[in-house]
Amino acid sequence: MADLTSNFVGIKSPNPFWLASAPPTDKEYNVRRAFEAGWGGVVWKTLGEEGPPVVNVNGPRYGAIWGADRRLLGLNNIELITDRPLEVNLREMKMVKRDYPDRALIASIMVPCVEEAWKAILPLVEETGADGIELNCGCPHGMSERGMGAAVGQNPDLIEQITRWCKQYTRMPVIVKLTPNITDVRKPAQAAKRGGADAVSLINTINSITSVDLDDFAPAPTIDGKGTHGGYCGPAVKPIALNMVAEIARDPETADLPISGIGGVSTWRDAAEFLTLGAGNVQVCTAAMTYGFGIIKEMTAGLSLWMDKKGFTSVDQITGRAVPNVTDWQYLNLNYVTKAVIDQDKCISCGRCYAACEDTSHQAILMKEGRVFEVDDSECVACNLCVNVCPVEDCITMKRVAPGALDERTGQTVPAEKGDWTTHPNNPMARAAE
Amino acid sequence: MTHSPQTDGIAAARLDDATLAAHFDDLHPILDDHEARVAADRCYFCHDAPCITACPTGIDIPLFIRQIQAGMPDAAARTIFQQNILGAMCARVCPTETLCEGVCVRNEAEGNPVEIGRLQRYATDGLLEANEHPFTRAAPSGKRVAVVGAGPAGLACAHRLAMLGHDVVIHEARPKPGGLNEYGIAAYKAANGIAQAEVDWLLRIGGITIETGSALGRDITLDGLKAEYDAVFLGMGLAGVNALRAEGEDLEGVRDAVDFIAELRQAKDKSALPIGRHVVVIGGGMTAVDAAVQSRLLGAEHVHMVYRRDRDAMGASEYELDHAATEGVTILTNAMPVKIIGNGKVEAVEFAYTRSGPKGLEQTGETFTLRADQVFKAIGQTLEGAPDALDIDRGKIVTDATGRTSVAGVWAGGDCAQGGEDLTVTGVAQGRDAAMDIHAALTA
Repeated sequence: MADLTSNFVGIKSPNPFWLASAPPTDKEYNVRRAFEAGWGGVVWKTLGEEGPPVVNVNGPRYGAIWGADRRLLGLNNIELITDRPLEVNLREMKMVKRDYPDRALIASIMVPCVEEAWKAILPLVEETGADGIELNCGCPHGMSERGMGAAVGQNPDLIEQITRWCKQYTRMPVIVKLTPNITDVRKPAQAAKRGGADAVSLINTINSITSVDLDDFAPAPTIDGKGTHGGYCGPAVKPIALNMVAEIARDPETADLPISGIGGVSTWRDAAEFLTLGAGNVQVCTAAMTYGFGIIKEMTAGLSLWMDKKGFTSVDQITGRAVPNVTDWQYLNLNYVTKAVIDQDKCISCGRCYAACEDTSHQAILMKEGRVFEVDDSECVACNLCVNVCPVEDCITMKRVAPGALDERTGQTVPAEKGDWTTHPNNPMARAAE
Repeated sequence: MTHSPQTDGIAAARLDDATLAAHFDDLHPILDDHEARVAADRCYFCHDAPCITACPTGIDIPLFIRQIQAGMPDAAARTIFQQNILGAMCARVCPTETLCEGVCVRNEAEGNPVEIGRLQRYATDGLLEANEHPFTRAAPSGKRVAVVGAGPAGLACAHRLAMLGHDVVIHEARPKPGGLNEYGIAAYKAANGIAQAEVDWLLRIGGITIETGSALGRDITLDGLKAEYDAVFLGMGLAGVNALRAEGEDLEGVRDAVDFIAELRQAKDKSALPIGRHVVVIGGGMTAVDAAVQSRLLGAEHVHMVYRRDRDAMGASEYELDHAATEGVTILTNAMPVKIIGNGKVEAVEFAYTRSGPKGLEQTGETFTLRADQVFKAIGQTLEGAPDALDIDRGKIVTDATGRTSVAGVWAGGDCAQGGEDLTVTGVAQGRDAAMDIHAALTA
C-alpha cells in the first residue's frame, strides 16, 4: 500500500491533506474534530497582532453558486481573520499540538507591514510548538483595505520584505500564501523566494460577487442592503489554481520552490492533479465546509489506491510529474490530428453535441434519421466541445488520425513528424528566422 | 360507516369517510418547490427534443423545464398554455409514459425519464392558483363562431378563437362544461375541482359564452348554427356506448362504466355511492381501469377487469394497469362475456376463453364464471347524433388535417373526429388547430 506520509519543507504529517486557514480551523474544537477524522494537518485560522481582535459582520458571510441539484460549485466569503483574542488561539494551538504531535500544525499570520509587528508575534507562535507559519498575503477583502492580506500579496517588494523578517526572527519554516488577484503569479512567488521563503501556498480566494439580489438590487451576501466583494473558492476555482501552481512550478526561477496547492480540492483526484503539477501537498477548505470533515477518508483512500494502481509508493513520486508536459501554446504539435468519435451504444440521442456544433462551432455533427448523430470528419476540427457538452461520460471521445492517413478536413496527409507554430509557414516570426 | 367490503350485494358506505377521502384525493401530490427543482435539473434540454414531437400539442417541454430550473415557473406555465390551454388537466391525465416521458432520453440513459407530467402540473397549478390569465384578446373581428361541446376540443377551440378576436358561443349538452375532464376521468386524477377551476380560468379570456343543456339534434341543429354563426366547430365527443351483445345485459346491476365514472366524479359524498361486493368490469381501456380502480376505492371486495384480447392489445397503458393491480384489481385477459347470469339482478358473469384464430378472435370452448353484484361495461364509446350532412367514416367525422369536415363552414375535432388517439391532449390540439384554420377562413 502506498505511503501517504508527507514531509513538506520539513513539516511531517501522516497524509498530504491539510485543512486550509479558514473557518474550519478557527478554534480547538473544530481542529480536534478534524484530527479525529484523519486530516494530516491544519493551518490555523489567521492570527492578527495582540490587542483587541478584529470584528466580523453579523449578517451573512458567505455567498454561493450552485450547479444542478444545488451542488455547491463556488463559495465566497467576507469573513476576516480570527476574531478571537491572540492569547486564546495560542493557548488552544499549544494544547492541540501537545495532544496530536504527529499532525502538522501551521499558524497563519497577518500583521501590519512593520518589522516590529512580525518580531513581536513570531516568538509567541513558536512557543506553541507549531510546526511552521504561513504568511497570509492573500485575503482579498476587509484586511486588504487596511494594507494587509492581498494588499501585501499584490506588491512583490512587500512580500519579500515580510518574508525576510520572518526568516530572521523564527526558526520555523515559512510558507508564503499568495493571492490570485494579480496578473502574473510568478512575480510574487519569485519575491517570496528572494525573501527566503521555504515554500509558497496558493491560491488564496478570488475577488468576487456571487450574485445580485434582484429585489434589493444589492450584491450577495447582503448586509443591510449593501454588499462587498468577497473571496471566491470551491470547485469552480480549481482550474485557475492549477494553472497558477503550474506556472510557478515551471518557472526556472521558482522551479525548486515547494508549493502547497490550494483551490477547489474536493476529491482525491483533485489532490492528485495538484500534486502532479508541482504541489508537495494540498490544502482543503470548501469541500470540508460543504460536506464536513468526513471527506478526508475518501481523499486518503482514493489517493492511496490510485498510487497503488500506478505503482507509486510515496507522495513525492507524484509531485511535479505533469510539470514537464505544461508548455507554451507555441510548442503544441500542430500535426497531431484528432476527430470526435461518437459511441452509438452509449449515445442517448439527446442531440446536445449537434446543437453545440451546429449553432456554435463547425457544423461537423450530422443528425440522421432516427436521431442518430454522427461526426463529419471533413468538418471536425477536434475542438472537443461535443465531448464537453455530452451528458454521458466517454460517449464521445477524440481519436487520433494516424500519421500517414488523410485528414478529410484539410485534404492533407497527417505528417509523422511534430510541427508547431515556431516553425509554421504562417508564422511571420518563423519566416523572419529563416 | 354502515357497511364493510364484505357486505353482500350492492351497498354504500363500505369504508369510513376518512378512508374514502384519502382514496379520492390526489393520486400524486403536486411537487413542492424543492422537488420541482430537483426534477427539473434532470432535463438535458435536448436538441429537437423527442418529448416535443411526442406531445400532440407540441409543448416546448425543454423550454418550460429550463424556465423552472431558472426559477421562473410562471414563465413555464405560459410556455405550456400557449400550446395547450388545458395544460393543468393534461398534466394529470395524459398517459405521459406513452407520450413525452416515454421518449425521454433519460430512459436510455438510466431507465428513468424526467417527470415531465408532474413538472407541467407544478408550473400550471402555480399560475392557476395565482389566478393569472396571461392571454389577451385581439381587436374584435365581428365574427361569431358556434362550438358544440365544452370538452377539451371545444374549449381549446373557443379559447383560441376568442384570443384571435372572435366571439364564441359553446353549446354543451351537460349541466357543466369540461367534457370528459369533468365527467369521464377518475376522481383521484382531478381532485379538488381542478377541471372546473381550469375551465373558469380559461374563460377569463372573455368573449366565450357557454350555453349548457343545449344538445345538438335536440335543442339545436347544424343548419340552425350554420345560419346563425360565421363558422361551426363540432367537438361533442362520443356520447354513445357499445353494447355487450351478451345474454342478460339488461339485468339490474349492469351499467355503462362511463355513467358510473360520471356519477362518481359529481358525487360530493362518496359514502353515498353504492358499490357491489363483487364487481366485474368488462373492457381493456382507460375507462375500464378508472371504473375498476374506483370500485376498489369505494370498498368493493373483489374487482375483476376482464378483456377479450391479450394484455398488449389493451387500450390502457402499462402504467395504468400496474396501478390497477396495485389497487387490488384482478386483471384477466383473453376472455369474453357470453352470458350474464341472474334473476332480475345480476349474480354472475360467464366468460369464455378466447384465442386468435384464422378468422380473428375465437372461443376456445372453455368457460368460467365470476361472481358479480355489479357489472360495468367499458367496451368503447361511439359517435351518436352526428348530423346527416357530415361524412362519417368508421364511426368518426371525416376531417382534413386542419379539422375541416365535408360540410363547408363546419370544422370538427376531439374524440368525435378523425385523427390521433382519443385523448384529452389530442382534443386540445385539434380544437386549437381548427381554431387557427377557422380564423384563417374568417379573415381571408
